[in-house]
Amino acid sequence: MKITYREALRQAMHEALAADSRVFLMGEDVGKYGGSYAVSKGFLAEFGPERIRDAPLSELGFVGTAIGAALGGMRPIVEIMTVNFSLLALDQIVNTAAVYRHMSGGQFSVPVVVRMATGGGRQLAAQHSHSLENWYAHVPGITVLAPATVDDARGMLRAALADPDPVVIFEHAMLYPMEGELSPDWEKADLRTAKILRAGRDVTLIAYGGTVWKAQEAARQLAAEGIEAEVLDLRVLRPLDDATIMASVGRTRRAVIVDEGWRTGSLAGEIMARIMEQAFYELDAPVARVCSAEVPIPYAKHMEGAALPQAPAVVAAVRQLLAKA
Amino acid sequence: MSDPERKPVGIPAPEALALLRDMVRIRRFEERCADLYGQQKIRGFLHLYIGEEAVAVGALHALGPGDNIVATYREHGHALARGVPAGAIMAEMYGKQEGCSRGRGGSMHLFDAKTRLFGGNAIVGGGLPLAVGLALAEQMQGGSRVTAVFFGEGAVAEGAFHESMNLAALWKLPVVFCCENNFYAMGTAIERSESQTDLCAKAASYNMKTLRADGMDVIATQAAMRDAVAQVRSGAGPVFVEFQTYRYRAHSMFDPDLYRDKAEVERWKTRGPIHNLSNRMKAEGSLTEEAFLAIDAEAIKEVDAAVAFAEAGTWEPVEHLAHDLYTVNGVETAR
Ligand SMILES: Cc1ncc(C[n+]2csc(CCOP(=O)(O)OP(=O)(O)O)c2C)c(N)n1
Repeated sequence: MKITYREALRQAMHEALAADSRVFLMGEDVGKYGGSYAVSKGFLAEFGPERIRDAPLSELGFVGTAIGAALGGMRPIVEIMTVNFSLLALDQIVNTAAVYRHMSGGQFSVPVVVRMATGGGRQLAAQHSHSLENWYAHVPGITVLAPATVDDARGMLRAALADPDPVVIFEHAMLYPMEGELSPDWEKADLRTAKILRAGRDVTLIAYGGTVWKAQEAARQLAAEGIEAEVLDLRVLRPLDDATIMASVGRTRRAVIVDEGWRTGSLAGEIMARIMEQAFYELDAPVARVCSAEVPIPYAKHMEGAALPQAPAVVAAVRQLLAKA
Repeated sequence: MSDPERKPVGIPAPEALALLRDMVRIRRFEERCADLYGQQKIRGFLHLYIGEEAVAVGALHALGPGDNIVATYREHGHALARGVPAGAIMAEMYGKQEGCSRGRGGSMHLFDAKTRLFGGNAIVGGGLPLAVGLALAEQMQGGSRVTAVFFGEGAVAEGAFHESMNLAALWKLPVVFCCENNFYAMGTAIERSESQTDLCAKAASYNMKTLRADGMDVIATQAAMRDAVAQVRSGAGPVFVEFQTYRYRAHSMFDPDLYRDKAEVERWKTRGPIHNLSNRMKAEGSLTEEAFLAIDAEAIKEVDAAVAFAEAGTWEPVEHLAHDLYTVNGVETAR
């Protein structure tokens, strides 16, 4: 069955709201407006204003409120319009949600799910386009997800809500209208493993969220040249699935990481370090990465395009690795 | 300042005795903490509540056992008044695994699920949204728990305060905002941080009922809190209570206390919350000096036992460092 990413997310939330009265959705314009990305359209009429709760513009306040509600026995899903705005709520996520279980000696878990849009590509400029997944993935105590496929958009929320600890879900803004084939596997979505989306023997392209599709496009172009790229979708940014990464790199002996975050201090850098630590002797070439240019994401289309990782840059990086080998 | 000795106690003697006992317990406990800090048994930040005991004691005695408490880093008094065993609190300050947070939190992060103490939060203002959320959960589940959140007047300048007040009032949530106004945020006096120093006026702008209580008078703090709790439990929405009080000690053990006039401190000390009550009780014949000394001796005994418990406590094995990071399997399982 073909379905959009947005519809997959919608179905996942609908299912959760219908199945468990402890689940509620809270955020700016999730109700009357229908969600800034229209994911919760129609929910207000169906579930009412108590459970589809429009929050005032107060990211710190309502994210903290969701955390408190989770401590109080509810299963809140809180939506933040974009990762840029989530910085106003960072305190509650990092200083409260992430630490409460450990700091209380295991007494208090925080079963909150925080969803937010991330990433560039829509000419929204430097305050709506950034990719700060790594800021969250840096923090122990939370689980960080980046669903890239309709299967994960449909399946990850259920697992996230079943998790007794805080989960942060990044939805790449370019993916909402994307159509995909929903496979029966969506029900098996877990919060631990990476997934090989395309098998190949020559190089592993490691990507997450929006860059998964840039990597797929690069793999198609490379295939035309006879280069078989494996595409690995990280899916889970914390904890990273080292085993799947190392197994793939061990087979292909080369890796390119495609990361929409800025290169400096990036998740790509972390993955490279892990490959050095765990698979150095399996490598036939230095590990490479394609990241966003180190500038605030600009408005003009050509400039934005130049700032974000694109398939041709991935193709070029692969060619260079193979040329070196 | 009015003469508190003239005010009748106004509550039954056993109740007044219970309030007195808790204030003395907190005072003796914290005096010992200061000693132990000097001996380096307790490390890190240690914020004493000495002088402010009437606030936590009066407020917590107005709550029921099912209610939720969210406190700050200055929360030894709240934990003791709530009934967290003194030994578990002291062991926590020692960093022992018998501590109420397994030694993970220390003085600033006392947690106790049993008595619904949701921390010791050391982010100024950080506990307020959390309390709003606990209240939201209660409202959505149709329960009758009240959430009491304690914070200093310093937190009133934080965005978290304003966002939380707005949310709680907007959704009529069962929260009592307990502002412990001791007039200083570390070295910053309230006039140097607030455009409006009348905190009730500020709170009232959120369309919320406000109360102001003499925080040196435990009878007054309890009465104000009872009013607030009754209103909140009736479903009429949140209440803001300002308790005007004073800390006799420095902000923390690192603070040289250079920003206050010594005469000001001495003036407030004449209004000490313990003597405020004990003198009134004596004047009314519901307390003798012997009975007072017996309460004191009992408190000292409790503290001695707490110290012995903490001393006998054990260190959490280092191999447990990552335990309780996550619920499922305790640790990050993909590693
Ligand atoms: C967000 C944040 N900023 C700064 C601090 C450092 N700090 C700790 S306590 C304190 C003063 C707070 O004063 P107040 O809220 O009045 O409470 P009090 O200490 O007087 O009880 C400050 C600035 C902090 N812990 N958190």
